[in-house]
Amino acid sequence: MQEAGAWPGGTMTNSIEVSKLVKTYGSLRAVDGLDCDVRTGEVFSFLGPNGAGKTTTVEILEGLRRKTSGEVRVLGFDPWTQLDQVRSRIGVTPQDFHFFPKLTPREALRLYANLFGVKPDVDELLARVELQDKANDYYDTLSGGQHQKMGVALALVNDPELLFLDEPTTGLDPRARRAIWEVIRHLKLEGRTVFLTTHYLEEAQQLSDRIAIINRGRIIATGSPVDIIARFGRPERLRVVGDPALADRIATLGLHVERVDGAVEVELRSKADALAILALVASSGLRWDRFSIQTDTLEDVFISMVGRLEDGSTPGAIPEEAGK
Amino acid sequence: MNFRRIAAYFPAFAKGYIRNPLGLFMSLIFPVILILIFGAVFSNSGSSQVPLTVENLDHNSPASVAFLSALNSTGVVTVNVVSPDVGNLSTYLAHNDLSAGLVIPAGFNATLSACAAHLPSCGPVQLLVFTNPSSGSEAGIVEGAVQGVANGENLRIAGGTVVVAPVNLNVGNQLYRYIDYLVPGLIGFSVLVAPMFSMVNVSSTWKRDKLFRQLSLTPLTRGEWLTATFLWYVLLAFVSTLLLLGVGTAVFGAHVTLTLLALPFLVVGPILFVSIGLLAGSVSKTPETAGVIGNIITFPMMFLSGTFFPVSLFPSWLVPVAHALPLYYVIDGLNAAMVFGNASAAYLDLAVTTVLAVIFSLAAVRFFSWRED
Repeated sequence: MQEAGAWPGGTMTNSIEVSKLVKTYGSLRAVDGLDCDVRTGEVFSFLGPNGAGKTTTVEILEGLRRKTSGEVRVLGFDPWTQLDQVRSRIGVTPQDFHFFPKLTPREALRLYANLFGVKPDVDELLARVELQDKANDYYDTLSGGQHQKMGVALALVNDPELLFLDEPTTGLDPRARRAIWEVIRHLKLEGRTVFLTTHYLEEAQQLSDRIAIINRGRIIATGSPVDIIARFGRPERLRVVGDPALADRIATLGLHVERVDGAVEVELRSKADALAILALVASSGLRWDRFSIQTDTLEDVFISMVGRLEDGSTPGAIPEEAGK
Repeated sequence: MNFRRIAAYFPAFAKGYIRNPLGLFMSLIFPVILILIFGAVFSNSGSSQVPLTVENLDHNSPASVAFLSALNSTGVVTVNVVSPDVGNLSTYLAHNDLSAGLVIPAGFNATLSACAAHLPSCGPVQLLVFTNPSSGSEAGIVEGAVQGVANGENLRIAGGTVVVAPVNLNVGNQLYRYIDYLVPGLIGFSVLVAPMFSMVNVSSTWKRDKLFRQLSLTPLTRGEWLTATFLWYVLLAFVSTLLLLGVGTAVFGAHVTLTLLALPFLVVGPILFVSIGLLAGSVSKTPETAGVIGNIITFPMMFLSGTFFPVSLFPSWLVPVAHALPLYYVIDGLNAAMVFGNASAAYLDLAVTTVLAVIFSLAAVRFFSWRED
């Protein structure tokens, strides 16, 4: 770990360093020995089911909550005791963002700018989150999606080098979600570090350099989406739709064969296996309709690691706990 | 403490407040409505001055006319002289549904002159005062007024020169009218109500909506936030004071002056009640509980601190209760500063209010946290 003073000399490559972080509420261990590092300039996503400890961890990093034990460094500082050094260099969009009902987005941005003592281009910020048309409407007349956009714009007022976006697209329609994604991509291009929590796996996959999957207060996997799928996902599979008897024929090649939804799926140990299967099917004289290659998505990996939710819904539709 | 940030935050808070009609209504409009209602109900001249029917059997002699004129100028009774032809005044009063009467006997002027000249014919003159015992306060007012003027006459005659005029003898509480108490009372009311209703709400709903968390993401500190909030309610208290003074004097002719000594109450009072409201809201788990706690604190103070009626009119067992309420000292001090011109009483009240404000604002800073453990 670098000395606090070493930042921003460029020698430090991690914007966030967390080790053995613990947060307890009474007997509940919301965060249970969590370790993670966020590299400067990357988009890092926190994925996890409800109550996994995502928001608690993020709020500790933002200096909004006191840790029980462990080590936390944000830009080289302890965010709870040295918040003054951290605050002007980070931007935060909290989960479940709320603002003063009778202020407009423009007034809110001006207020933040004045409090930070900076002079941002307010119109540019509004345009960036596509709120220019609602700039002078009271917060309480805006939609949920517009609230989130305003939250993101506020996080950008002080030109932060590190952003925490806690579920910034929850509740947004697909178009608004993509607009926020563009904002996040733009932030990365500008060299900012983004710490994103989301329960949209597609979002994490699309935007993140690295992902951490958190469950029961611990990180159970970290890496790029491709890494995680490669490491924790099943091998690629060839799927054949056709005569059920194909399964037994293919099994003669010594491959692992399963029947899935009326089709035959074969785990591939190598690309050559695929060619062998195709040759076998062609020469078998049995009926076949369709071939496809099946690859695990991040969602498949997530579900296999964290488990299907009790209500049977997919993680993409997790209703997040209210304001934990 | 950074004044640039206070200056940055203050207008945002003010806008949020002004754009919410309910807050503005409670803090500025409602007290004005109250002064109009209470002023109209209790301050019309007919009810504050008791009509006194006088039968002058001394044929409008100089002494009797002077006496009646002195009586009239006490301001608490209105003298209506009837002709001696009405006969028995008691019967006349009963027939005409009047409750107070005075008979000036024949020879009133002669006896007074004899006394002034120290002649042997000087003797007590009996003034017959008729009152209806069932209207106790009126009876008291009439008897007091007549007695006062009579005392004045007695002194004048005994001393030989007009040193003490009858009207001066009666300078006491009676000369202050209800509206004079009502103006400082309602200023106290708005000093209490404006912060209490909104701060309880602010501290509980802002916590629920995580607006304090949102502010804690900026460099604004709790102390700066609190200072800006104090400033806003002090400003509201000044505006409300001017409104109430304006309405009280213009509409009801209240004798109330905005003295320098009243100003510190308009600063310390809001600080006290912002702090109490903040504490009430921050010890509550939900905005609903906060509202109930706020009302439990506000309502007794609203009625028992001398807001609508002077505490001096309270039954004696209720007076200690009033003295236990912080608003009592604000209103008592405002009365002392604005109505009675009693500086020493005002200083004492100011001292009590200031001590309370310091205690409660320190407690608010101590217990009211933006970040969560």
